[in-house]
Amino acid sequence: MPDAGPAPARGLTRPVPLRGLYSRYARRYARLVTMPTTAPAPGSTASAPGLADVTASDSTLRLFLHGLPGVDAVGLEARAAALGTRSIKTTAKAYALDLAISMVDLTTLEGADTPGKVRALGAKAVRPDPADRATPSTAAVCVYPDMVPAAKEAVAGSGVKVASVATAFPAGRASLAVKLADVREAVAAGADEVDMVIDRGAFLAGRYLKVYEEITAVKEACGTDARLKVIFETGELSTYDNIRRASWLGMLAGADFIKTSTGKVAVNATPANTLLMLEAVRDFRAATGVQVGVKPAGGIRTAKDAVKFLVLVNETAGADWLDNHWFRFGASSLLNDLLMQRQKLATGRYSGPDYVTVD
Amino acid sequence: MAPVFEYAPAPESRAVVDLAPSYGLFIDGEFTESAGGDLVKTVSPATEEVLAEYTRGTAEDVDRAVRAARKAFETWSALPGAERAKYLFRIARVIQERSRELAVLETLDNGKPIRETRDADLPLVAAHFFYYAGWADKLGHAGFGPDPRPLGVAGQVIPWNFPLLMLAWKIAPALAAGNTVVLKPAETTPLSALFFADICRQAGLPRGVVNIVTGDGATGAALVAHPDVDKVAFTGSTAVGKEIARTVAGTAKKLTLELGGKGANIVFDDAPVDQAVEGIVNGIFFNQGQVCCAGSRLLVQESVHDEVLDALKRRLSTLRLGDPLDKNTDIGAINSAEQLARITALADQGEAEGAERWSPSCELPSSGYWFAPTVFTGVTQAHTIARDEIFGPVLSVLTFRTPDEAVAKANNTPYGLSAGIWTEKGSRMLAVAGRLRAGVIWSNTFNKFDPTSPFGGYKESGFGREGGRHGLEAYLDV
Repeated sequence: MPDAGPAPARGLTRPVPLRGLYSRYARRYARLVTMPTTAPAPGSTASAPGLADVTASDSTLRLFLHGLPGVDAVGLEARAAALGTRSIKTTAKAYALDLAISMVDLTTLEGADTPGKVRALGAKAVRPDPADRATPSTAAVCVYPDMVPAAKEAVAGSGVKVASVATAFPAGRASLAVKLADVREAVAAGADEVDMVIDRGAFLAGRYLKVYEEITAVKEACGTDARLKVIFETGELSTYDNIRRASWLGMLAGADFIKTSTGKVAVNATPANTLLMLEAVRDFRAATGVQVGVKPAGGIRTAKDAVKFLVLVNETAGADWLDNHWFRFGASSLLNDLLMQRQKLATGRYSGPDYVTVD
Repeated sequence: MAPVFEYAPAPESRAVVDLAPSYGLFIDGEFTESAGGDLVKTVSPATEEVLAEYTRGTAEDVDRAVRAARKAFETWSALPGAERAKYLFRIARVIQERSRELAVLETLDNGKPIRETRDADLPLVAAHFFYYAGWADKLGHAGFGPDPRPLGVAGQVIPWNFPLLMLAWKIAPALAAGNTVVLKPAETTPLSALFFADICRQAGLPRGVVNIVTGDGATGAALVAHPDVDKVAFTGSTAVGKEIARTVAGTAKKLTLELGGKGANIVFDDAPVDQAVEGIVNGIFFNQGQVCCAGSRLLVQESVHDEVLDALKRRLSTLRLGDPLDKNTDIGAINSAEQLARITALADQGEAEGAERWSPSCELPSSGYWFAPTVFTGVTQAHTIARDEIFGPVLSVLTFRTPDEAVAKANNTPYGLSAGIWTEKGSRMLAVAGRLRAGVIWSNTFNKFDPTSPFGGYKESGFGREGGRHGLEAYLDV
């Protein structure tokens, strides 16, 4: 038996922007969309310049969102499941685990949160594995607005960001004035990122322009320093068509990240809804040149699941999103499993829960 | 810029497959030597490595196998249906237990990716036996009269594209209905059928109920022409199917043929684009396009042609071609040098006739039989690649303007095996489906199989149905 088998499987090419792909949505919405002649530099967070006409009125916005291609639920879930069968081993696994750790928004959103709890969380985010200094820090800690000062102090000087939920999280059932005050307070306290919730009631009632205007107002309140993550609460939007429309709505309104859920309802991030949002950011960049990040949150608890999400990113949006500037995991217990898998890969043995820190 | 997420090799171990250096013929419950047949090598299409040798069965061997099947028919057909069901259930369970071994074996011998044999072929094989096991004691309720009788000895000739699955499609309904069988697997993929023979022994199936005679076209011709065969079932090319039909004409043999196809995959402008692209990929690149019901003609509404093609090309550039045993491989090897030559010739002809050829930039392994996924745009009904079955990873893209035109073009083929319709509008889907002359029509999906669903063709795609209640009819005297 010859040992030289066929060449190992590899991607045929890195996904590259194809000529013409850029204007895919321009063709579909030729009457609505004015294309920019050059793409803004990657990393630009300016809201989509070419799609300004879309949001001119409630009716143009509705026309645009309802003109997006439909989503076949069976096909979407089948694709997500098929990508879930990728086998990520050895060097690829080591890369993926470190990348996943660096993408965690380490989260505590409890009524019982205290400064002490937040300090512990911050220490953990900065140095997830005290036994191995090569372990990357997480991307951010995510807390309620009143805990931002404590979180800032805990991660000071480390490069770990502080994200704050705001806008009457998680229900979002408050007046715009209250929501904006919530945001301003978080930003004033030093939050680097704001995780807002959309008004699902308005969205489900078809008042898309209200949702849009609320996001733009929050974006404005964030100023130039804080990045805005827009949470759709996909479990409440319920259909994939709604999730696609909400994604475009959020991106049109200037979201820096689109985020699945609060973690406070029954259905949170799933491979299928995250895949759908990855398709949305991919298509949005092709149409406008603006890159938007994606954050699945809630329900991702194991390293194995996290790696599956990274495969979704790699094979849908592409390598440009494989960076914690563009992809995050909203999670708490996930981190310890990632650390245990990392230790297993390094030592060949599984340790126990007592060998990772409890935060 | 982040470092690239390169998937490390993740090969499935081939240690689970224990191959003998050579194989005889499985006749009357045991492996036997041939009467004068020589040994032929079977190779792995991915590496051209010789896997084993098998026997080229002679007419004499076929005769011996048919006699064994005839003898076994008396007792097998007299068994109560519930007893036959026990054997079929047992076979199904053994297949499940040995599914990893069989998946690796099938990948080695056929060249298709382990992802497909593991996730599609083997689950369907087991499901087929489970399904027909359930029918064995309910034949009186299948709509063919109170006590339908089996036909006798079935001579079955199967292709190389789904070696074990086609075996299951043929053997499961035949045995459930009370027939005995002589099966000839394809020349390039005999191994899984020989392993199935071992499974029959493991399940304690009575001697002679299943006989496996390996060989080439001459062996198959001898089986089809044997005077004591009551039923001929063939899956393969239209040319061979016509020859078989001529052979059995004027005899009492019952015949079912499942032949070629040139399936139309119709994408309307209101299709769910991302899922349609997945369906197009699954329709033509599943099993390297070596599927009789492949969606080899993409009919896309002209108003969304560019949008769909851009998305399709982007998706194709993420396909992973290489070692079929690697769990992350999407596209494996072409089954044989002969098939590769045919695909190459037809693709070259498409180019020569003026269609625009595109493949993702793609490094093919240096040994083995490989063909890059290929898309032809600007194809019209007049192009050879729009009319002839290529049986490879080559997609011909045509456009249409109205539903009427889509239906006319889809039906404008000598074949009629499969079609697909992509639209979010239910009324349009039903209206178009009703007018397509194809045996299987998928809506918003493609290449989905289930043992409960009948499968078969119109026109030159053959006749008779396999699968479902309909599949019993081919093996009952009705």
